[in-house]
Order: sequence, then structure tokens, then C-alpha cells
Amino acid sequence: MSRVEMAGGAEASEGAGSSGGAGFSGHAGGAGAGSAAVRRAPRPLWSLGLLRNEIGTTFRRWRTLALLAVLAAVPVLIGVAVKIETSGEGGGSGGSGGAAFVSQITNNGLFLVFTALAVTLPVFLPLAVGVVAGDSVAGEAHAGTLRYLLVAPAGRTRLLLVKYATTLTFCLAATLAVAVSALVTGALLFPVGEVTLLSGTSVPFGEGLLRALAIAVVVALSLVGVAAIGLFVSTLTNSGIAAMATTVGLLIVVQILDNIPQLHAIQPYLFSHHWLSFADVLREPVYWDQLQKNFGLQALYAAVFGSAAWARFTARDVTA
Amino acid sequence: MTQPSAGDRVIETRGLTKTYRGGQLAVDRLDLAVPRGSVFGFLGPNGSGKTTTIRMLLGLIEPSAGSARLLGEPMPRAARRVLPRVGALIEGPALYGFLSGRDNLVRYDAADPATDPRTRAHRVDHALERVGLAAAARKKARAYSLGMKQRLGLAAALLQPRELLVLDEPTNGLDPQGMREIRSLVRELAGDGTTVFLSSHLLDEIEQVCTHAAVMARGRLVTQGTVAALSAGTRGRLAVGTPDTADAVRVLKEHGVTDLVTAEERVTGELPAPNDGPPDLAEANAALVRAGVRVRAFGVERASLEDVFVQLTGEGFDVAG
Repeated sequence: MSRVEMAGGAEASEGAGSSGGAGFSGHAGGAGAGSAAVRRAPRPLWSLGLLRNEIGTTFRRWRTLALLAVLAAVPVLIGVAVKIETSGEGGGSGGSGGAAFVSQITNNGLFLVFTALAVTLPVFLPLAVGVVAGDSVAGEAHAGTLRYLLVAPAGRTRLLLVKYATTLTFCLAATLAVAVSALVTGALLFPVGEVTLLSGTSVPFGEGLLRALAIAVVVALSLVGVAAIGLFVSTLTNSGIAAMATTVGLLIVVQILDNIPQLHAIQPYLFSHHWLSFADVLREPVYWDQLQKNFGLQALYAAVFGSAAWARFTARDVTA
Repeated sequence: MTQPSAGDRVIETRGLTKTYRGGQLAVDRLDLAVPRGSVFGFLGPNGSGKTTTIRMLLGLIEPSAGSARLLGEPMPRAARRVLPRVGALIEGPALYGFLSGRDNLVRYDAADPATDPRTRAHRVDHALERVGLAAAARKKARAYSLGMKQRLGLAAALLQPRELLVLDEPTNGLDPQGMREIRSLVRELAGDGTTVFLSSHLLDEIEQVCTHAAVMARGRLVTQGTVAALSAGTRGRLAVGTPDTADAVRVLKEHGVTDLVTAEERVTGELPAPNDGPPDLAEANAALVRAGVRVRAFGVERASLEDVFVQLTGEGFDVAG
């Protein structure tokens, strides 16, 4: 039976069936759109289109926005709690880590930024990053969209780089969500002004702000390792939920290991070990030793788990 | 055996084999040849290895052995050069439910580094129009019906001019009207010179649109060739509708018709082999009438692809165990 013959018959019977917007319209022309338009040779910069789209897509997800909202709510809660706590009496209770900043909040709202980051860095921030990183590849595999991205063709290495870059963008966005929310809450509830650093010297508010921004960047960089682990886990499975749970589970295990004194031999290699070194930015001069160790460790995790993710993802059969 | 030039074979595999972890042999030494410009039906029951083959062709799965060439280039090595010229619908559409139909297409278009961002909006709108989704373009994809999702999947395959379209079960989930529209779209695309590789487990679908076909069963290629040649392999059967079945059988036997079967006022039989010219059916008919057989219907029933399939595999069209 001739194909041409049949085509004629079928199209004739089709007629104006597409008027309701439901039918396939019978345009003449190439197999796809744009055949009439002049085709330009591909340019290297076009390659960034996927990254832009990925970032846009990630931040349009309801889940991403919910995570950011929860993170932004933490400083508000702390601020309100401190305000209520101190409205009756004068001082706060001094302690270690983030608590060191808490007593300062009533004097200077900017300290709410440091406090909020110190509180969210051990748990909330890496948790949020673990969710986004864990879902990055596994979620696409689960939805089946991974196969269409790959035959587009996105390129496996390129897709993985885009996913990692987007996760890092989320790390920065999450940190800034906490910092900005803390800054606004702090400025509204408490006085702001000259900042007394940990080493005792005072700097003007402007420089204090800059240091706060620097701390936000340091905190975001502290999450690079977690993001790489999450990405690797994400390439192992076709279930976004499983990847998220595994990443978050790993995070909790590492935090526990970091607190068992008998394990001090391995602790310097745990990605969370130098996290609270960001406080060293608040010294005059800045105390770089711990910060550098932190950056080195994060880079190491990114290299090791990034390579593992690449090795796994580029060799993997995509059956979902 | 002559080596076909790369230019006229759009898909070519040699000894393509896939063994999954656990030892399951999904595709067994497949030698597939899809000529340029054809509408190629890829036929087989569920579980016969069609989808695994398609995934290997598109570079999603690494073959265990053998090689695959797409548009004359080796896969998956040349994926970046080849795949922009290939549109695909694999095992149904996959969409981002929280994005609108339009944004889904924008994303898939952006995934290809060779697409021009300046013409993106235009190409996306044109593809949506082409599958009849223009009116629902701004709706979130999760609110789409199965048929609409299928259309959107097709639109993604049509974002650019393609040399080859790989459509895996494209009419799944569509109502009869939708199926008809897909068929006419396939014909239209083929008319423009696009090669269409169409997998299906629906025989009549293949028979209606395809020029060529290949049949798979249990991971192996059973046959391939033009649809005409495939159905020519089985000769048509003569069918006579008559209340006088006994007389009809006698007369037809004299005219060399074999394998006569009588069932409820209907006699069917195998026509004699046309070695000394084609059998004159008019003669047979006249003989029946002369013998006083009352004939209600008379004609040759063409073999369908289903007959071919049953003949080739010696089994029904069931899911392979």
C-alpha cells in the first residue's frame, strides 16, 4: 500500500478538525519549527542556556522556596526569642559556639547575622543543601526527564556540571536567605552601630556589614563538600527521596562522629570539622589558619566526590 | 554481501547485544538497517527488547557487544553531533509537572547546546501549534491529560528540523482521534523527508503508516524489510461465501486450491503457487457458478502483518516470558 496515497486520504478527511486547538495542524515545512529562520552556527555561549534554565527551574520549585522560607524564619525566631528573653532582665547566658554571639545581639542587631549562621550551619543549611543536591540527578531520573535531557543532548558531563553549579548557587542563596533575614530582623528589633570584634577592637558599622557578608560567603563555601556528596549519592539511584535521605543521613552520622572524643584522629578529615571557623573572620587581624583548613577540606571533598559522581554518571545505563 | 554506504542507512546496528546485570539477555545480536526516508515500523510484543534497542541507539544504554550507527556516525561516541538532528519520544513523555507546557519545551530546547536562544521562543510556539497544544501552553503540565502529555512529548521531538524521529509507542494513551492525528503527522513528516522510526506493539498501526518494518521477539530480530515484501511472504487466501459449501469445495479443489477450510457458509483455501502464471480467479468463479454454486462473496484476503508475525514467530502476540 502506498504511503502517499494514504496520506492524501487521511489529510483530506482531517479538514478543519484543528479549529478547537486540539488537532495537529498540517503546516507544511520541515520536521520542526524554525526551518524558515536563518540557522546560526552554534556558539560556545549557548551552552550556558542550560545552566540559566536549571537555576530558574530550581528556584521555581515549590520545595526550594519552602526550604528558603524555613531558613529565613530561623533568624526571626531567634531574634524574637532573644527580645522576649531580655526585655525583663539585662544580660544573656554566655556559652560556646553560636551562643557566644547571642549575648551581643541586644547590643548590636548585626550579631543576629552571626548567631543565625552559627545556628543554621550545623544542621539546617546542610540539610537543605542535601535535599537539593540529593534530588538533582536522582529526581530527574525518577521523573524520566533525565532521558530527554540526555537525548537533547545535554551531554552527561555538562549536565553534571550544571547540576553542581546550581547546587552551589543554592548554597549561596540559602546562606544569604539566613543572613539577610537576620540582618533585617536584627535591625528592626535591636540597635545597630559600631561592631566590637572578638579580639576586642571596634570597627564601624559599614565594615561590620562587610564582615557579615564575608562570613556569609565563608558559610556558603563550607557547604561545597556536602553538595558534592549529595551530587554523588544522587547519581547512584533513581529515587530522589532515597538520595535525599542518604545524604541527610550521612550528614548526621558525620556530625555525631565529630563529637565523639575517641575519634579525634579522623575528625580533621570530616567535612564539618572546621565549619565554625567562620567566627575567625570577626578577629582583627583575621585569623586565617582554620579558615584555610576549611577551604582546603571542602575543595578536597568536592574533588573526590565530584570525580566519583562523574565516573558513575558518565558510565551509567539510563533505564529510567 | 555489499556494504551499504553510510548515507542511505539512517540506523545501522551490527551484532548489537545488551545483557543486563543479572544475566538477562535483552537484545541478542541485532542487525538492524533503516533506510533513509522510510517510515520504519519496529514491531514486537512488550518485553521483546524494542525499548532497550532504542535506548542503545540514543546512547542512554551502553551496548554489551556490537555497534550502533546513527545518521552514519557511531553511537554513543558521536552523540553530541548526531542527537541534535534526532527527535525522540522514549517510553512515553516525561515532564516537569510544576512547569507550564511551554516552559517544559523551553527547558528541553535549552538542554541542547546547539540551539539558538534567539529563535527558541519561536520554535517552541511553532512546535506547540503543530501538536495542537497552543491553547494549553500556559497550563501547568501536571494538569495535562495523558493525551496532552503525549502531544507535548511529541512537540519536544519537533523543536528543530530533524533528520530522524524515533517514536517509541507514540499513540499510547491517545483516543482514536488522537491516534489518527499522530498517524497523519507521521505521514506529513515523512513526506518532508524525515525518516521515522516507529516502535509499536500495535500491528495495524504499523501496517497503516509504515513502508518498512522489523519484527523482534525475545530480543532477536525475526525479520525486516518492506511492509509489502513482508506481507507478500504469505500468499493471500481465497475466500468464498456460499451456502453450498460442499459443492464449492469440490469445484475449488479441481482448480488447484489447497488447504480448504469450511466454516459456516464460507470456504477459504490456499491459492496454487503462481509458477505457471497467476491463477485466473475469474475462471474459478465462473466454474463455481457453472456448477450451480450460489456465490455471495468472492475474493482474496490479503495477509495482514499479524499473519506474518504469527507465521514468523510461531506464537501469538503475547508478552514474552
